[in-house]
Amino acid sequence: MFKPPEFKQLIAETQNTSSSDVERALTAARPTIHDLAALISTAGEAYLPQMARRSTEITLARFGRTTQLYAPIYLSNYCTNRCVYCGFSADNLIKRKCLTIDEAEKEAMILHNRGFQHILLVSGEAESAVDVEYMEAIALRLRDKFAAISIEIQPMSEEHYHRLFLAGITAVAVYQETYDRKMYKEVHLSGKKSDFDYRLETPARGAKAGMREVGIGPLLGLSDWRAEGLAIGYHLDWLRKEFWQTAFTVSFPRMRPAAGEFEPLHIVSEKNLSQLIFALRIFDQDVGLLVSTREEARYRDGMLGLGPTRYSAGSCTAPGGYGSNNTDGEQFSVGDHRSLEEVSTMIRNKGFDPVCKDWDKEFQVKSL
Amino acid sequence: MLRIAGTEFSSRLFLGTGKFSSSDVMAKAIEASDCQMVTVALRRVDLTNPEDDIMSTLAKREYTFLPNTSGARDAKEAIRLAHLARAASGTSWLKLEVTPDPRTLLPDPVETLKATETLVKDGFIVLPYMNADPILALKLQDVGAAAVMPLGSPIGTNQGVLTDSMIEIIIDQAKVPVVVDAGIGAPSHAAYAMEMGADAVLVNTAISVAGDPVAMARAFAQAVEAGRTAYVAGMGQRNKQASASSPEKGNLSADLGFLE
Amino acid sequence: MNITLNGQPKMLNCIATLSELLEELALNPDTVVIELNTEIIQPDAYDTQTLNEADSLEIIQFVGGG
Repeated sequence: MFKPPEFKQLIAETQNTSSSDVERALTAARPTIHDLAALISTAGEAYLPQMARRSTEITLARFGRTTQLYAPIYLSNYCTNRCVYCGFSADNLIKRKCLTIDEAEKEAMILHNRGFQHILLVSGEAESAVDVEYMEAIALRLRDKFAAISIEIQPMSEEHYHRLFLAGITAVAVYQETYDRKMYKEVHLSGKKSDFDYRLETPARGAKAGMREVGIGPLLGLSDWRAEGLAIGYHLDWLRKEFWQTAFTVSFPRMRPAAGEFEPLHIVSEKNLSQLIFALRIFDQDVGLLVSTREEARYRDGMLGLGPTRYSAGSCTAPGGYGSNNTDGEQFSVGDHRSLEEVSTMIRNKGFDPVCKDWDKEFQVKSL
Repeated sequence: MLRIAGTEFSSRLFLGTGKFSSSDVMAKAIEASDCQMVTVALRRVDLTNPEDDIMSTLAKREYTFLPNTSGARDAKEAIRLAHLARAASGTSWLKLEVTPDPRTLLPDPVETLKATETLVKDGFIVLPYMNADPILALKLQDVGAAAVMPLGSPIGTNQGVLTDSMIEIIIDQAKVPVVVDAGIGAPSHAAYAMEMGADAVLVNTAISVAGDPVAMARAFAQAVEAGRTAYVAGMGQRNKQASASSPEKGNLSADLGFLE
Repeated sequence: MNITLNGQPKMLNCIATLSELLEELALNPDTVVIELNTEIIQPDAYDTQTLNEADSLEIIQFVGGG
């Protein structure tokens, strides 16, 4: 199983680098984890324009002038975990809702009619509301209407992931939130999620179950972002070696200070986030890099083609939010409020092709 | 230290024992190379002209013998040879070679994969000789190969590592050691493979047919060590365009003006 | 008795076991491996393993190879 280095050691690795390490990493034909450490280090900050250029070159060469688009559907905000940073935390007095299968389909069809072909089904972590049967039923209902269905729900067993794969789910995202074991304990007060190791092993279970794509990510703002980025590099490296037939993506949810929301423990600026994205692109040329609507339109527009490969668009983070325009009980407030059409237009104006569909369910094995 | 199937090797040079002018020269060359793994082949005893026994010639030092299945044209023949080799050597180490084309002696990927799967189940430590195909390397690894041995160029051609871009991918992706085999005709070729990050190289013809095989064996040992040291030290990229060795900071114009 | 030895026909006189055959061929049993009708014969059975009419025998040894 994947064992990340101690967080203290990760921090040290990102500190013991010099500008010559960064320069070497920028020209390395096959960058190593040490090159990644140099690129995300403080020494790397001075090289942000060079990193942007290298990252842009690689992204263009590997992904072309395209950007994938998807939208999340929030199925449920019930959650049995108490996580200090999350709007869905069991302690929070918010309006709880779990969509019925019909309601979920209705939400999905709204997105379908808006042109989305790739959806991400999201939920809080409560087995009583969202379990494998529920997800299976939704997947079977939606599989013929969408090109790709990803999930971001509670960690599951390999067997359950495999059932969902056969039902038409193609990708699993499970974010570790933080690779800092001590901090993890402090912010995950109770619930199944408080088990650091079980969560850490989840991406491997998804890959083993046959998922086409597995997503990992840190929640930026909980601990030292440079060390988190390096941990992602280690995790990615390990996953690639173990599961060479799986595609991997990294997301970068970033907490920002906002009224009524959890105050980030570490401030991660847009510059920091960009450095992390560029560094990971240089480190791993083929990894999918996701930037969600948490980030503002200005930032997303600017980053187009520089490293990210997939954007969400037109997102609402409350269950049933597309049908009712009701944002009560949302997980976080979005920074980019534009519709799919508006985001697509922006992408086209910048000379890129907005891609809503890059896989066809018809090709997928439906049973074994 | 190189580790294959739990055995550690301080030398990253493997030697083939074919084509030497005499068993005495072979023994001295192997000695001079400091190698710890030597390959041997199985043949019918020539009853009219019995050869010296190679195992007793090499028994003076502690080598790991890596019997090969040379001559096998398909998985079935290779498996038969493997069992004979195990009976004769008493070890389970095996360099799996399946070469249906007697002209090029290029390895058969389909039969090699089949034979690897069977032999691993039979308890062999299988090091398959293969073309430099990254997907094949991963599939061989998945069925339990202890290492993979991609070719640098067709055997005996001394052309060096022509398959370098594929071998590079294999090195980056494989969890098992990568031993570059075949085509290595000069110490510089061996150093190049090691600089790329190969775990070891296997050399035979370039040493056995050299003017002075003993001196050449030493040269290869030095090259392998130099290449390995360079790899560990971290090599700079070879660039198509010239670049100043002291880059001027910040003069590149990626437009990051949008950042907060 | 007629057998096939390493692909060649061979006539044996007064030879009953593998040990006797190896002695006749002046081969050290420790340096060879023997396959009798495609079965590998363990060395400790050389004394007792008898040969029969039309047996096919392979006597194999290690040689130099890459």
